[in-house]
Amino acid sequence: MSLRRPAKDQPENFEFNASSLEAANVIVAKYPEGKQQSAVMALLYIAQKQNNNWIPLAAMKYIAKFLDMPYIKVYEVATFYTMYNLAPVGKYFIQVCTTTPCMIRGANKLVEACKEKISENECELSSDKSCSWMEVECLGACVNAPMIQINDDYYEDLDKQKTLDILDKILNGETPKPGSYRGRVNNEPENNRKTLMDLKNA
Amino acid sequence: MLKDQDRIFQNLYNDKGSDVSSSQERGDWVNTKEITNKGRDWIINEIKESQLRGRGGAGFPTGLKWSFAPKEVGSRPHYLVINGDESEPGTCKDRDILRFEPHKLIEGCLIASYAVQAHVCYIYIRGEYFVDGQKLQAAIDEAYEKKLLGKNAAGTGWDLDIYIHYGAGAYICGEETALLESIEGKKGQPRLKPPFPALIGLYGCPTIINNVETIAVVPTILRRGGKWFASLGREKNTGTKIFCISGNVNTPCNVEEEMNIPLKELIEVHAGGVIGGWDNLQAVIPGGSSMPLIPKDKCETLTMDFDSLMAEKSGLGTAGIVVINKDQDIIKCMARIARFYKHESCGQCTPCREGSGWMWRMLERMAKGDATKDEVDMLGDVTNQIAGHTICAFGEGSSWPVQGLLRHFKKEIEKRNNLDPIVQKKNNIPYLVDQHLLDKKNA
Repeated sequence: MSLRRPAKDQPENFEFNASSLEAANVIVAKYPEGKQQSAVMALLYIAQKQNNNWIPLAAMKYIAKFLDMPYIKVYEVATFYTMYNLAPVGKYFIQVCTTTPCMIRGANKLVEACKEKISENECELSSDKSCSWMEVECLGACVNAPMIQINDDYYEDLDKQKTLDILDKILNGETPKPGSYRGRVNNEPENNRKTLMDLKNA
Repeated sequence: MLKDQDRIFQNLYNDKGSDVSSSQERGDWVNTKEITNKGRDWIINEIKESQLRGRGGAGFPTGLKWSFAPKEVGSRPHYLVINGDESEPGTCKDRDILRFEPHKLIEGCLIASYAVQAHVCYIYIRGEYFVDGQKLQAAIDEAYEKKLLGKNAAGTGWDLDIYIHYGAGAYICGEETALLESIEGKKGQPRLKPPFPALIGLYGCPTIINNVETIAVVPTILRRGGKWFASLGREKNTGTKIFCISGNVNTPCNVEEEMNIPLKELIEVHAGGVIGGWDNLQAVIPGGSSMPLIPKDKCETLTMDFDSLMAEKSGLGTAGIVVINKDQDIIKCMARIARFYKHESCGQCTPCREGSGWMWRMLERMAKGDATKDEVDMLGDVTNQIAGHTICAFGEGSSWPVQGLLRHFKKEIEKRNNLDPIVQKKNNIPYLVDQHLLDKKNA
């Protein structure tokens, strides 16, 4: 298990804005009547998105009321799942995969790059408070290792220099282009494709 | 090598686009109505005849699973749940299906829902795959627009709604009952079985849970016949499978191949060989991180299917092949996997919660050479205390890779950790002597 603690500084109030409210109602309608508790995970995402990438305790209380469920149940869910950030992580949240398939292809170099550009320790905001980084477990793009995830997007086939370039862009407030950084097409074997050649050449 | 026309996922590399019209060119949605008109029993029998086994790791026969659903819908509705919580290190096959072959999955959902009499289908996707989930959502929206979903879906007379439910970074939610808990809006902690989900599953209703790849191959099997699928591979290990080859190879890739393909062919032909040549190979993890590793000498002749890997005391799992060459420190690699399991344990059962961290700490010290001789055996003991003593298969999943390491690389660990316990080194300092160990020596 991993240790997860809510931030010390918490805002007093939280409420969904109009667009979040609309999105939340769409989600609740996906589930059978009386089973609205199922929507809690999606609603936590909505709260996280609205509140600059993290979920304050006030938002959990709000969602508990919204779904008519006990606050502790929402708290349980928010602390169990690791993708809910319980403390501010900045506008850009960088997750570096360091599980074995990425590790043996040099993920530690990517960690070095993050340490140089963003902050010495993981889960620590950069000096301009715009971003933070974290080592995470397998992100499911092992064939494109090593890779990082920035907010929702995957950046694949990286090395240290390419990561430094990406982080530079982020620190300048730009959003770099996601995908492979070696110019390869999706998950095909690079320059070594032996299957489905008719389709490729068609 | 498998012939191109026998490959099910023609758009694995997205050469053609994933919208409805290009999917129809590849044969999806062409005669869905004719398939369902043949009836439930025909569909389930055909799947049984194809000997399709679940692609999520356990390899349970799919046709048999479907036949567990109650024949008549009682007071409780039936559900179909698709498991797309692909988090096993080394595996990234479902992601390609979600983004490039979504209509194979959606059509499969319709046929499977019809077969098990479900009107609602939830697709559970891991939260990290948000972008790929959006692509699937776009495909679902297009399917609704073209009347392939919703009321009288694709003219089959069957009503079906498909919803996506995103996870939030918990590996354990790939376990089917934890996944159901997660959809119900709770912590993803597995349930005791029995009762099995086929009778009491989501919201206490009969629920059939299948992996993304399993469902996505169903329409093609029904179109080309169970016999065709069964003719590929070998008895009880039939059909094709997407293999993900990652790690120290020249061209890591996803490739669809026949079951029972030699491991060496996968690595040499598709993945461009091991970095530094075949002789530089150290070990291979054949089926995602849960499966025990296989040392080089056995990789020479190994074939990739459920039963032949079982015979090597490993398993096909999700067919995520991680190649480790001699430039890597094998103990460190396994210590990192142990850290993964320590991080992902849900905390429900004590042996797993405490044991996974214990294994990780021991392995970290062993990688540095800080452990004592005794601890090597103790590590084996800890793995045996976890496996089989937990509610779900996570206990086995976390201890098998360590057991594999001990089985094949014990000498290497012992060479690095030849530290004797303090009692034997400093026998002449009485107050440092562990009396307990002295007793043992005299006994």
